[in-house]
Amino acid sequence: MAKTIDSKIPEGPIAEKWSNYKAHQRLVNPKNKLKLDVIVVGTGLAGASAAASLAEMGFNVYNFCIQDSPRRAHSIAAQGGINAAKNYQNDGDSVYRLFYDTVKGGDYRAREANVYRLAEVSNDIIDQCVAQGVPFAREYGGMLANRSFGGAQVSRTFYAKGQTGQQLLLGAYSSLSKEVQRGKVKLYTRYEMEDVVIVDGRARGIIAKNLVTGKLERFSANAVVIATGGYGNAYFLSTNAMGCNCTAAIQCFRKGAMMANPSYVQIHPTCIPVHGDKQSKLTLMSESLRNDGRIWVPKKLEDAKALQAGTKQGYEIPEEDRDYYLERRYPAFGNLVPRDVASRAAKERCDKGFGVNNTGLAVFLDFSESIQRLGIDEILQRYGNLFDMYEEITDVNPGEKACTKNGVDYYHPMMIFPAIHYTMGGVWVDYELQTTVPGLFAIGECNFSDHGANRLGASALMQGLADGYFVLPYTIQNYLADQNIWPRLSTDLPEFAEAEKAVEKEIDRLMNIKGKRSVDSIHKELGHIMWEHVGMGRTKEGLEEGLKLLKELRKEFDTNLFIPGSKEGLNVELDKAIHLRDFILMGELVAYDALHREESCGGHFREEHQTEEGEAKRDDENFFYVGCWDYQGNDDKAPELIKEPLKYEAIKVQTRNYKN
Amino acid sequence: MSLTGIALILFLLFHASMNVVALISAEGYNMICGFLGANWYAVAATVALAGLVVLHFIFAFWLTFQNWKARGTDRYAVTSKPKKVEWASQNMLALGVIVILGMGLHLYNFWAKMMLVELVPCAGNHELATNGVYWIAETFSCPCYTVIYLVWLAALWMHLNHGLWSSMQTLGWSGKVWFNRWRAISCIASTIIILMFAAVAVAFCFGYRPCDFNDVVNIANACHAGGLC
Amino acid sequence: MAKNISVTIKFWKQNGPKEKGHFDTHELKNIPDDTSFLEALDIMNEELISEGKEPFVFDHDCREGICGMCSLYINGTPHGKTERGATTCQLYMRKFKDGETITVEPWRSAGFPVIKDCMVDRNAFDKIMQAGGYTTVRTGQAQDANAILIPKDDADEAMDCASCIGCGACVAACKNGSAMLFVSSKVSQLALLPQGKAEAARRAKAMVAKMDELGFGNCTNTRACEAVCPKCETISNIARLNREFISAKLAD
Repeated sequence: MAKTIDSKIPEGPIAEKWSNYKAHQRLVNPKNKLKLDVIVVGTGLAGASAAASLAEMGFNVYNFCIQDSPRRAHSIAAQGGINAAKNYQNDGDSVYRLFYDTVKGGDYRAREANVYRLAEVSNDIIDQCVAQGVPFAREYGGMLANRSFGGAQVSRTFYAKGQTGQQLLLGAYSSLSKEVQRGKVKLYTRYEMEDVVIVDGRARGIIAKNLVTGKLERFSANAVVIATGGYGNAYFLSTNAMGCNCTAAIQCFRKGAMMANPSYVQIHPTCIPVHGDKQSKLTLMSESLRNDGRIWVPKKLEDAKALQAGTKQGYEIPEEDRDYYLERRYPAFGNLVPRDVASRAAKERCDKGFGVNNTGLAVFLDFSESIQRLGIDEILQRYGNLFDMYEEITDVNPGEKACTKNGVDYYHPMMIFPAIHYTMGGVWVDYELQTTVPGLFAIGECNFSDHGANRLGASALMQGLADGYFVLPYTIQNYLADQNIWPRLSTDLPEFAEAEKAVEKEIDRLMNIKGKRSVDSIHKELGHIMWEHVGMGRTKEGLEEGLKLLKELRKEFDTNLFIPGSKEGLNVELDKAIHLRDFILMGELVAYDALHREESCGGHFREEHQTEEGEAKRDDENFFYVGCWDYQGNDDKAPELIKEPLKYEAIKVQTRNYKN
Repeated sequence: MSLTGIALILFLLFHASMNVVALISAEGYNMICGFLGANWYAVAATVALAGLVVLHFIFAFWLTFQNWKARGTDRYAVTSKPKKVEWASQNMLALGVIVILGMGLHLYNFWAKMMLVELVPCAGNHELATNGVYWIAETFSCPCYTVIYLVWLAALWMHLNHGLWSSMQTLGWSGKVWFNRWRAISCIASTIIILMFAAVAVAFCFGYRPCDFNDVVNIANACHAGGLC
Repeated sequence: MAKNISVTIKFWKQNGPKEKGHFDTHELKNIPDDTSFLEALDIMNEELISEGKEPFVFDHDCREGICGMCSLYINGTPHGKTERGATTCQLYMRKFKDGETITVEPWRSAGFPVIKDCMVDRNAFDKIMQAGGYTTVRTGQAQDANAILIPKDDADEAMDCASCIGCGACVAACKNGSAMLFVSSKVSQLALLPQGKAEAARRAKAMVAKMDELGFGNCTNTRACEAVCPKCETISNIARLNREFISAKLAD
């Protein structure tokens, strides 16, 4: 029986939907809040802010994270900034414009109502964070400073040096700490959610593994919120942290929560290129670099060949022989085109043989011109810490003059290449952020809701905090309003025992494979399959081949995995193996979704569907919907597709154009 | 630590300035010694001073014990000291112990002969008690003492050089700008104090005497010869 | 161009907080020197696993120097020696010589008990933060962000203080096992901003009291902490904490 899907979008004009919803939703009275427990898994921007806000309201919150402290969540690594429609710069920004840019940036695949709500609460986020003491950059007059980001024609990005994610997360973490002190949040660090427990069709608890003791523990609550981030690590090499995983989300998927648009994976254009096969992760260089850096490859193929052979250096190529391909192709937005466009353009140049490092998989990001224009001090003021970071990794300093020719100073250009960065797809949620399992909510990167097929820069932080501070704490009450009639569930219920036993059995199965291959070696292979066949440029044949290889890889995993040590106590390899098991399934989901979506949009690019100029060609006739995938009871069975049609009332759907 | 430390530094500054007088005028110096004889104010100050030293000492050991406990049971197999870290700052207790030992000797050499005798009847030569210059000359005529005193002063210099800015830091009177100022002040102040002390010791060791030395000391010798009690 | 080097890793093995630990060694051959140090440890672990042994356990996560998870004491220095502040994950093999023996130890401090090998428990930092490292503001209460004017210099300085990543290198380097640099960075950030003023006195007292309660040592101004801080926090923060703390105590 195919499940039906209801996005629960409120009635009314787009600008009034959220107010209408809040005016008419059910609330929980203060006394009843004290009787209700909520589990929040994850302590990133979304998780920490939700846990803190729910606790402030009076709910009893149980908050889990896999690291040693909530402050380690990977939100901390976001560099660039956070968008808000404050219009402090008087450049014509508004809630509507932020909404419009986000929908357009998302290639018209996001749910309109959700995005409008996001733009609406964006201003509250900035207020909230400033009150927490987040040290955003200021102008000399003491007002907040802004900068511009890809995909927007206004300056609406608030930032704290190159560490905005860190500062926002520490803000949320401080609010969380305050509630822990008050006793309203109980914090469980180094715990991993292994399963969600369903009682009478509702999410009523989780099974979590204490990563230090290796013991499984049961937790019951009136609602479960997962805020566990994205699945970028399915590609092995990504800008995600080593610990980022999709186990919680996939486990919810196995228990009936649908997965939406998994093929929308964002490839970030400005990462440091891969240097060898021992590499464990890719380092992102903030997109803000594109404000003043110009991206280029040589015009002449022989120059590119010389660069690849190492006989020539980037700075030796004179101005007239440089191809600033983004400025050439997209005069209106230039180097500030959205991420997917910039990434694909880099790939296109490298595919044509113009790559500039020894692997031929890199392009230049050059500051020579802006240093001439603004002076080295100003550039270092803006990007000094990023230059340091780049030098630390590559031994090349982009702020160092390389040579002077014809009175023009040339600086060492950076080398960059696209890398997996963010996953727009995720657990399907309705307007209330509730999944297809009643009582199970998903917030932040781990849901699919707001970015459509592509996310704009500085929007992830906005979405995480919007969900956690201002959306979920309201919408969850609509669900919890009648839940206080249920008594606190005992964890001795058979449903809990069964779930725990299943996890235990699965752990035993993994421990007992006793094959020959380490987790990482299989994970690397998964990464290769994903990048080759389900990566930036996808084809029908490639995806089919990818799916075949993924099935074989799963077999290899199930028969030839080796985990040293025992399941008792801390076992890092066991935990990684559990993650890998779910990355493989996630990889298949990405491939299934990419295969079925016979169009190109945002982060999903099918080579069969492109214009003559190589731009993405959408098919709004046939694919104007959210692709939701439903688990069929077994990892080996193909998931079933269910469509949530998109309805646009406020925005006219058109082809994205960043050219003029 | 910081408050007692600063009080002790102020005392040292006073003590050092007093000593320099011995280089200029023996009579002047002895006059000061006379002022600081068995008067109620001098005794009170001495007791207070002793109290400060004891407090400083107790705090030091209590602090070190707490810090030692905080360090945990396992120690690093390999350590390397960053350039920024002064050796003195990590060895204040050791330096302090050297200072205390030196002080014991110093009390024996001078204080016992100059103040203790006045407090305890028949403990020694009362007439010589106010003749500080005599005792300076007497002590430093032995080069061994001079060397020991110089080693002691070197330890004291290191102790002060770290101690002074460190106190201000602990009292919160520091920051990005004041940090460097206090470092400079510490260095200058401790160098001046130590140089003043050392100058007297070295000068007397090498036979220097203030111009009125003979007059003053002859009187003393006369008393000494008289064997007065 | 990267060249290959061979090194010997001497690493600390310990099964639990109460167990006795020891060093193991492993030879790594022909590692490209553009490999990061943690990637070299990954390679070592792959080799250990292929020999059927348990891998060497250490904390790490973002591998770009911001999460504060990585925490190795390398050749006598927390996070290893680099020219400017960097975390363990930002250390590259080019900083080592061919044939060198690299000694890897956990943070050693009573405040950070070992969980396994070089993974330590830094929960104490969370507890200190819970004691007062926040402004008491509820979601939705805030006024417009630009209603509070903050001079650029103050904002920039607060930002520098707020850069602390809570890795614990300061405690690891301190011969007193003191957490003052960590505590003072948070206190300073909030003391510099008008938003933090209302609770400044309470915060300074509560955080210092919690730090003492958790068994961290006292500050004797050796500056070892600022010398190893990957985010270049300075002891002027400690002076500010002292100032805040003393004036709070005097006001009582």
